[in-house]
Amino acid sequence: MQYFDVLGLAPRLALDLKDLEKRFYAKSRELHPDRFVRAPHAEQQRALELSALLNDAYRTLREPIARAEYVLKNSGFDIGEQRSKDVPPELLEEVFELNMALEEADQPQIEAAGVRFDKLRAEIDQELATRFGQWDQAAETGTLAQIRGLLNRRRYIENLLRDVNVHLSN
Amino acid sequence: MSTFQIDFGGAPSKVVGIDLGTTNSLVAYMDLTGPRVLGPIVPSVVAVRADGTFAVGEEARALLLTAPDRAVYSAKRLMGRGVEDIQEELKLFPFHVSGGTESVIRLQVGEKTMTPPEVGAQVLRKLKEQAEAELGETVSQAVVTVPAYFNDAQRQATKDSGRIAGLDVLRLVNEPTAAALAYGLDKRNEGTIAVYDLGGGTFDVSILKLHDGIFEVLATNGDTHLGGDDIDNLLIRIALEDIASEWGQDIAGNQEAVQLLRRNVIAAKEQLSFAPLTTIELDYQGRQYKRELTRELLEKLITPIVDRTLGPCRACLKDAGLTVEQIDEVVLVGGSTRIPLVRHAVRNLFKAEPHTELNPDEVVALGAAVQAGVLAGDVADTLLLDVTPLSLGIETMGGVVAKLIHRNSTIPASVTEQFTTSIDGQRNVLIHVLQGERELVKDCRSLARFELKDLPPLPAGLARIEVKFMIDANGILQVTARDARSGQETTVEVKPSYGLTDEQVEAMIMESITHAEDDFRERQVREARVEADNMLLAIEKAKQNEAWFTLPEAERDEATRALNELLMVYHSDDHHLILAHIEKLNQATMSLAENMMNTAVQGALRGTKID
Repeated sequence: MQYFDVLGLAPRLALDLKDLEKRFYAKSRELHPDRFVRAPHAEQQRALELSALLNDAYRTLREPIARAEYVLKNSGFDIGEQRSKDVPPELLEEVFELNMALEEADQPQIEAAGVRFDKLRAEIDQELATRFGQWDQAAETGTLAQIRGLLNRRRYIENLLRDVNVHLSN
Repeated sequence: MSTFQIDFGGAPSKVVGIDLGTTNSLVAYMDLTGPRVLGPIVPSVVAVRADGTFAVGEEARALLLTAPDRAVYSAKRLMGRGVEDIQEELKLFPFHVSGGTESVIRLQVGEKTMTPPEVGAQVLRKLKEQAEAELGETVSQAVVTVPAYFNDAQRQATKDSGRIAGLDVLRLVNEPTAAALAYGLDKRNEGTIAVYDLGGGTFDVSILKLHDGIFEVLATNGDTHLGGDDIDNLLIRIALEDIASEWGQDIAGNQEAVQLLRRNVIAAKEQLSFAPLTTIELDYQGRQYKRELTRELLEKLITPIVDRTLGPCRACLKDAGLTVEQIDEVVLVGGSTRIPLVRHAVRNLFKAEPHTELNPDEVVALGAAVQAGVLAGDVADTLLLDVTPLSLGIETMGGVVAKLIHRNSTIPASVTEQFTTSIDGQRNVLIHVLQGERELVKDCRSLARFELKDLPPLPAGLARIEVKFMIDANGILQVTARDARSGQETTVEVKPSYGLTDEQVEAMIMESITHAEDDFRERQVREARVEADNMLLAIEKAKQNEAWFTLPEAERDEATRALNELLMVYHSDDHHLILAHIEKLNQATMSLAENMMNTAVQGALRGTKID
């Protein structure tokens, strides 16, 4: 996978961010177009392409969610936006209650829902971290499928939290 | 046996750093002792003299007062913009738009029409000459700064200015980032710094992380229409209303009076940065206007303008993922940051004492010189990692923008998208690229339309064209496309929404070369006339001397003839002719000069003064 390659890493889902930053800086010094302004045009173009790749890689890999999506996509998974009607079944009741609260502008209920969804998201992040470690040990497709499921749930909760925050900030 | 390698090639040409500002511009160079400015600040004003030649800088600023329709200032505000976007500017600035198209503005300056990049080119050429005079060699490469919040078209227009002026712009650097470079050079510390840059016409804020010589921009924000000019315009408007009620006469339409008032208002504003009280005065056509202005009142008036800078600062912090407490240092840039109220607002917001050690008018040019040193390979270990200020997207169904590269992404940045056809046998695909943060096409800035051409005729949806959008280190977009099946490059035709086409820029370069020749000839003629003036004056004086009368009549006649001939050719446009007749007169008056010298010596010996 190109993004890992350009930073000199093997594909891993759990990354040490300090180490990632160090690699990014070292590679930037080597590849940045500033180093090639007096080089022939072809070399300049190559520096441009490579440093763009490096920047794209760093931007993606430093965010755990974007990193996982990148690995999923490159392992043949479809990570397209989940449609809003596909409510994860275990969340049906929660979502129903939130919608009621939003409709009635029930401030305490909305705040309480916000707290619950925050907690749910934290639980998902915890589980994701475990799965990331699991995949790094043994790169099994089954683990990736579980990760994909977690990411979908997480995205759904993110959207709910956005609705809550929009309501609370108005 | 090894031999010494001797490099017989000349030293590579020097790279200068240029701050091309809305109000003032400056050039600097980095040598072993550090960055230093080359020559004085040049006001970004361009005028056309009565004889059709260009005046730039101080001379042009003086012309602005006597012949406002022959001079143009603040043209940076118009860079990379179309006629319909500048209607607001036209209410505040006396730009004489002589037409042009949707994509580029043409200004009437005296008898000439100029596009904003050509106005910028005149300023750049002046700075280039100034640098050449100081460095004693030809300068052809430069780093030029732009407001961080400049969009693609504004950046491209700035590069075009360089090309027209005969400068290879190696890199465009964002002004706040340049300021950080100027400050960070000798400190080399780790930490987070915020740069607050309030110039004549633009406001930028950037937050950077410093690490071992790497200047990594985390986020940038700003307003390309906010600056000291807004304060000036507010004060002018108030003074004009005041004058109208006092004199019973509205002078707003009188450009000469308004320019005079503008100069006085700016002086008053600047004084109030140091004194608590000043006066705004206008002496026009025998009438006097005088009004006291206190700092307190000024602050009350400009608070809304200063407050407009705070929103972008907060947004920038949020985008950088930082809180106010995490900002270690604050740097002030731009002449408007001399205003005590501005300093107070910055101190309050960032809870830190802002750095003001470097002259805010010079710091951007100095930083540009540092970056020039980096590019030339003279400054090791320093590396700038900047970001794109605006998100880049493409138009999709229903006039919605799909974002491809988000704002504050480190540049160079790229993204590859797949496109296909929607009709059987379709040969062309049109891609509309936009810049901005809003969701709908109508609220974003159109950047260009790219047309993929000569696609192989296939049933709908079968073609696979990979389009790569790349923002380079200057913040300028490049687009390439290839057929994913065949791997062949696809022809992309670019139709920029704003700015000059390559052909137009080429034509301007050619024109400027011809003009450069005209200008040079013009200067030679002027110089010859000055020499003739001196000669004629000396002869006039000699005719009063007794030596003239002791001269043989034949010589006197010959001298008179030579004098008349010089007077006849004086107004010719051929400097050779003028110089030849000066020489002829010189020869004809040789013995006269000798006689005068002898008389003077004798007079001196006698102890009497001869004059």
